[in-house]
Amino acid sequence: MQKPDQIPNKQTEATCYHCGESCKEEVLYIEEKPFCCTGCKLVYEVLQENELCEYYELADRPGISQKESENRANRFDYLLDEDVVHKLVDYQDDEMLHITFSIPLIHCASCIWLLENLHRLHGGILSGRVNFLKKTVQIKFKREEISLKEVVQLLSRIGYEPSINLSDIEKKTVKKIDRGLIYRLAVAGFCFGNMMFFSLPEYFSEAELLGNGFKGLFNYLNVALALPVFFYSATGYYRSAWQAIRQYKVNMDVPIVLGIFALFFFSLYEIFFQGQEGYLDTLGGLLFFLLIGKLYQQKTYDTLSFDRDYKSYFPVAVTRIKQDREEVIPLSKLEVGNLINVRNGELIPADSILLAGEAYIDYSFVTGEEVPVHKQKGALIYAGGRQKGNPISLTVQKSPSQGYLTDLWNNEAFTKEEQPSLDSLAQKISGKFTFTVLAIAFFTLAYWSFYDLPKGVQAFTAVLIITCPCALAMSTPFTLGNTLRIFGKGRFYLKNAHVIEKMAAVDTVIFDKTGTLTDIRKASVTYEGTPLTEESKSAIKSLVNLSTHPLSNRVNAYLGNLPLVKIEEFHEEQGKGLSGRYKSQEIKLGSLTYVDGDWPEQMDSGNLVYFAIEGEIIGRFIIKSGLRQDAPKVLKEVGQGRQVHILSGDHNHEQGYLSQLFGAGVKMRFNQGPIQKLHYLKDLKYMGRHTLMLGDGLNDAGALKSSDVGIALTDGVTHFSPASDAIMDARALSKLGAYLDFAKSSKRIIKSSFGLSFTYNAAGVYFAVQGLVSPVFCAILMPISSISVVVFTTLATNILANKKGLRFKQY
Amino acid sequence: MEVIFVLIAISLLMASFFLWLFFKAMKSGQFDDDYTPSVRILFENKIKEENKKNQTNKSK
Repeated sequence: MQKPDQIPNKQTEATCYHCGESCKEEVLYIEEKPFCCTGCKLVYEVLQENELCEYYELADRPGISQKESENRANRFDYLLDEDVVHKLVDYQDDEMLHITFSIPLIHCASCIWLLENLHRLHGGILSGRVNFLKKTVQIKFKREEISLKEVVQLLSRIGYEPSINLSDIEKKTVKKIDRGLIYRLAVAGFCFGNMMFFSLPEYFSEAELLGNGFKGLFNYLNVALALPVFFYSATGYYRSAWQAIRQYKVNMDVPIVLGIFALFFFSLYEIFFQGQEGYLDTLGGLLFFLLIGKLYQQKTYDTLSFDRDYKSYFPVAVTRIKQDREEVIPLSKLEVGNLINVRNGELIPADSILLAGEAYIDYSFVTGEEVPVHKQKGALIYAGGRQKGNPISLTVQKSPSQGYLTDLWNNEAFTKEEQPSLDSLAQKISGKFTFTVLAIAFFTLAYWSFYDLPKGVQAFTAVLIITCPCALAMSTPFTLGNTLRIFGKGRFYLKNAHVIEKMAAVDTVIFDKTGTLTDIRKASVTYEGTPLTEESKSAIKSLVNLSTHPLSNRVNAYLGNLPLVKIEEFHEEQGKGLSGRYKSQEIKLGSLTYVDGDWPEQMDSGNLVYFAIEGEIIGRFIIKSGLRQDAPKVLKEVGQGRQVHILSGDHNHEQGYLSQLFGAGVKMRFNQGPIQKLHYLKDLKYMGRHTLMLGDGLNDAGALKSSDVGIALTDGVTHFSPASDAIMDARALSKLGAYLDFAKSSKRIIKSSFGLSFTYNAAGVYFAVQGLVSPVFCAILMPISSISVVVFTTLATNILANKKGLRFKQY
Repeated sequence: MEVIFVLIAISLLMASFFLWLFFKAMKSGQFDDDYTPSVRILFENKIKEENKKNQTNKSK
């Protein structure tokens, strides 16, 4: 393999052959193919060695940037632990091992191809099989030739590091997919189709041509086919109706079950005692349509998980120091009193005390505070923070499951089972509906019993049959199902259809600041004052380069690529500023009091960093937290007719700037910890407000849980997001107002389609009370009403989505 | 017209057979992932092709 030459970045901007990112910092070349970092180059080399370069032909620059990958040799050592292996694998025997990895990075055809050709990289691997939708790969390998650790290392080397986290190990339960509904639907469809065949001759009086023998046969076949429908397909409705009645409530399933019973038993009576044809094909059709509606509402997103807790955020392994030797052990084996090492970018796994090293803990995901906290030796460090800077040593004080962060999950908001909401629109009307239907039915029976009792019984059942709310029951699932899909195409994924009804009622919207309204990576830096010379820029760059403070990092990134100079007597006063000596001049960078100089105007907007030479201020950097582009617009839209609150774990140095931007109507609270956020939401709920919380981090988990609708905002939907009712891609944030309005509109659509199906019911009842309903009449009215409701809701939702600009192309 | 009895029996049996096939396919997980197979089928297996070429060359 030839050695790549390093070429300074003077050429026209090259894009990495592996990952397609532009090579800003350095360009490495192999055979004139540019690479942006050694990581990408290494992956290419591995693939080239094994003649797997077809990977690059299947999709354009399919790789994943390797810039941020870490390459510590022993970090997978925990996979040598038998307990861990046992919990992770699907199947193992003496020879083979099957394991399913979740690899969120899978994104194109090349990924599938490479992961299914792993056997060409190592002979011990038998096969790999990708499930693209779930972003998983199942790998089978021979245990003698390659160990699990080596498999993971191999995957990591080619850029597909599997994500293994604590929750994978703690609860390795085989997810059972509920296929019951589809089986029920298949049975109902099969029976319905065949019953139609046997009923049609009857409707067109063809059976008489065939002779009476056939008529009887067709009827009995219908009975046989109706049995699985009645005893299998419809069971879900019996259960739900029974549960409602037991709580002295009436839901939509009660009139449905009434209709099903009336249809079934009246048909049996007609067939066996009257020798007539009955309504069994209508029964089959009814269940078939109802179950389709149910299935349509059940849209799930395979790759998303709506109930992740802190365990999916925690790593599986920690580095423990035992007898002066480092070893990587699974987190579950970590004990109180153990010594652990935490490196740059790693997570503190348990509440522990700092023994050695300088700790700058980034708690942004846990508390919402953007700026890392500096901790002195001997300080207690809470679990969940990330270390920024040099490695630190800690002794563990509490086991990972009992830390400060995990305490949040013991709050009642998490232990309480969520009550299914009974106040949905359909639920509200079904009570009145059922009683009206029963009243009409009994009135009809009473009326006819004076003249003709058998006819009265027939009219009674006919009313129950004709009012069976098939169309009514379908309006909700189809409207909500459509809305769910429209939202999903716009990268806004709901846990289930009930969330839409809750969204429609929202009158208070609460935003988290850090990570939700702001994007930490997008912080903006501007400079004002005397223009800086190249030399002083270099001096500043060298100064901030020595510090890990986030403001230093931002100034550092703002200055770009500059040659470094030597700084003497570097000193950092935490939270205040930096000082050093360059060419015997004292330079200072920091807050106004730290640099000790005068600056004419004082405007409170963002973080200010002053630059001074020999006590004289040259200029200042204004660092604003990177608000998401559309944040002010979103708040304005959402604020129409709703209250808007902002909760932030940050300190309030930006309050003035934010209220200037968002308007005075927005209520802001700063220094809010996870528990305070939770209580804030609960208080709002006690005040009778319907809340929608938008957050991103673990610190919002409590608030998301205790709000009516909790939306987790994330930059990549496969990244970690706390438990929530919905997950929103950050790119969809600008449409939040439109989504809320659309949820309201879909409620109106449901109401109108209720109106439509009531019209059908009223027309049917008009004939039913007169005893004029025949099986053919039922067999025609039922599908027509159902299909017209489906067409109406589908058209209405799509037209409205178009109007509100929520129509997205499938991506 | 008695042949209709036979036909009805056959049609019901065939329909049940298809229902059974559908159940079987469901259970085996055929409908769980409806994307990956569509990509997988387009991959060419280069090694096999090379082998074939070698074989055909030899046979010549």
